[in-house]
Amino acid sequence: MLAAILSLTILGAVLGAVLGIANRFFHVEGNPLVEEIEALMPGSNCGQCGFPGCAGAAAAIAAGDASPACCPPGGRSLAVTIAQRLGVSVELGGADDPGPLVADIDESICIGCTRCIRACPTDAILGGPKQIHNVLRDACSGCAQCIDQCPTEAMVMQPVPVTLQQWFWPKPALQG
Amino acid sequence: MGILDRFLRAAHFSGGVHPDDHKRPAADATLRVMPPPARVYVPLVQHIGSPARAVVTVGDLVKKGQRIGEPMGAVSAAIHAPTSGRVIAIGDIVAPHPSGLPVRGVTIESDGRDEWCELETCDDPFALDPAEIGRRVAQAGVVGLGGAAFPSAVKLSGGLGARVELLIINASECEPFLSCDDRLMRDRAAEAVDGIAIMLHATGAREARIGIEDNKPEAIAAMRAAVAGQPRIRVEVIPTRYPMGSEKHLILVLTGREVPAEGRPSDIGVVVHNVGTAVAVRNAVRFGRPLVSRLVTVNGACVREPGNVEVPIGTLAGEVLAFCGGLRADHGGPSRLLLGGPMTGMQVSTLEVPVIKGTGGILVLDAAEVGEGDGGPCIRCGDCMRACPVGLLPLEIAARVRAGEVDKAASFGLADCIACGCCAYVCPSRIPLVQYFHHAKGELAARARGTQRNETIRSLTRAKAERIERDEREKAEALARRAAATVAAAAAVKQAAASVEKAAETENEESGVCA
Repeated sequence: MLAAILSLTILGAVLGAVLGIANRFFHVEGNPLVEEIEALMPGSNCGQCGFPGCAGAAAAIAAGDASPACCPPGGRSLAVTIAQRLGVSVELGGADDPGPLVADIDESICIGCTRCIRACPTDAILGGPKQIHNVLRDACSGCAQCIDQCPTEAMVMQPVPVTLQQWFWPKPALQG
Repeated sequence: MGILDRFLRAAHFSGGVHPDDHKRPAADATLRVMPPPARVYVPLVQHIGSPARAVVTVGDLVKKGQRIGEPMGAVSAAIHAPTSGRVIAIGDIVAPHPSGLPVRGVTIESDGRDEWCELETCDDPFALDPAEIGRRVAQAGVVGLGGAAFPSAVKLSGGLGARVELLIINASECEPFLSCDDRLMRDRAAEAVDGIAIMLHATGAREARIGIEDNKPEAIAAMRAAVAGQPRIRVEVIPTRYPMGSEKHLILVLTGREVPAEGRPSDIGVVVHNVGTAVAVRNAVRFGRPLVSRLVTVNGACVREPGNVEVPIGTLAGEVLAFCGGLRADHGGPSRLLLGGPMTGMQVSTLEVPVIKGTGGILVLDAAEVGEGDGGPCIRCGDCMRACPVGLLPLEIAARVRAGEVDKAASFGLADCIACGCCAYVCPSRIPLVQYFHHAKGELAARARGTQRNETIRSLTRAKAERIERDEREKAEALARRAAATVAAAAAVKQAAASVEKAAETENEESGVCA
């Protein structure tokens, strides 16, 4: 009994030390680009890009397997930032792009169950049990994680309404 | 020396254009005052900066000059009732803007009495502290009346930080068709000079120079007569050339000094105010009167009686046009509706929009004035480059924007473009160059907003993740504490039970002994 315990303890200690030393001496640097891109991404891990979370998408973008424009919540600005960082051009979808979508609640059928509040990664939904909920548009990342949570289908994704301060002239139509 | 000095100072900026000014006969018509209409529609944002917040509710009775919108934030302006009456709605009204989007505003039904509320008057503004003047100007909701509508109090009371040496009064009015500043100087020169003297006192500048283009001889004569006896205020006659009224170009022509790119006039100790603003400042400080009306030029070939009108803020542009006799019947229909001048004004699709603090003109142009024709591709003639008063390459910038490369457009100096329209005016191919620049500036601003938004969302995501982690940790700790407490309590109970048992045993033994 004692011999078994002793031998296993020594084995464990020696192998642990070997692993520790190996980790120190044979350390592989992660791609710093991946970390940099991941830091730019929203971080809500919504999965709309089709990759396992923001880290997965960042790795795919850095490896060239995904377009910098693959993140719907990040929108055009994120696509342009990443494309600039990578020095690649990016296809932005053109003029019919509705822009980023944000969640909206139909207050007439909201029952105040708070499920969407718990699902929201950015605390963008206000409300309490049996109180009508509401979305803070500026805080909504557009990850759509709340949509499937709603038992009454009161949640929909909608484009952000354009305000007077944000409107700008469209590009002139080509001539001649 | 004097002549040489004058010559050197008259050394003008490069570029610019000489459009036909179309100012007369509207400028020569007598100034008319429009009575308040049955309803006024007062937007809560008529200035650069954050919108004001409504401080009245539907059904409230308001007096003329009563505050109906509270400024929000450092750069904002108060909004006042332009006439007395009842508030009948607070909500969306069509903005006087090319987008036709709604803006939040207060609708007031006039009671026809046009009664002022109680006003804070002042007999000697020069005895007031400059900060107090700034406060009164802010109270009155005065904004720059030249068109940009920047809250005046911010510029007046040193809100921009730097020390001001020179006050420049912009009375150049270089936009074709517009003559409201011209008319103001002819009819209210003494009031304007009084306002300029108050501004001099408020800014602490040593002198004031009033820049007037030489196509307004009557205004120059009137202002010269009014400044007699005011050694610190001078009238300067400057050559007529568009865009003389651009802040940076006016400073260059009057002082020979250049405002740095992306800098402000205060960087070189200068502050520029419009001459209309001077009158508004005087009314605010001397009589406590808020900015509730302004002079508007109604002009264009389709207008029956073109001229200048003092209009209550919030009056529909269409009603102002009707006050000027409406459209001419003998003329082909209007081809374009504009708020402001033809070079920098806003094209609108309807005149059912209110006049706001920054509206200098209502123009109804016919086809000949618009001069629309077929456009074509860029032939690289370089006319736009020679016309650009900022020294940019409009054709190169537009080519980048057309290709969707707004970053490259920005690297060609897009931020310095003042959107004066000289390039589009001279373009033989009628390329809408200014629209390209507006689009690119908007696109860049939208990207900056997007980046800001992504940053906010990242920090919110992190905050929630941290909060959940902390909650779970605290819950686990609380559980552990409770478990420990339960164990301790159980031990205590056991101990107590044991001692009770022991006591009972001893008692039994004792009783046994007794028995």
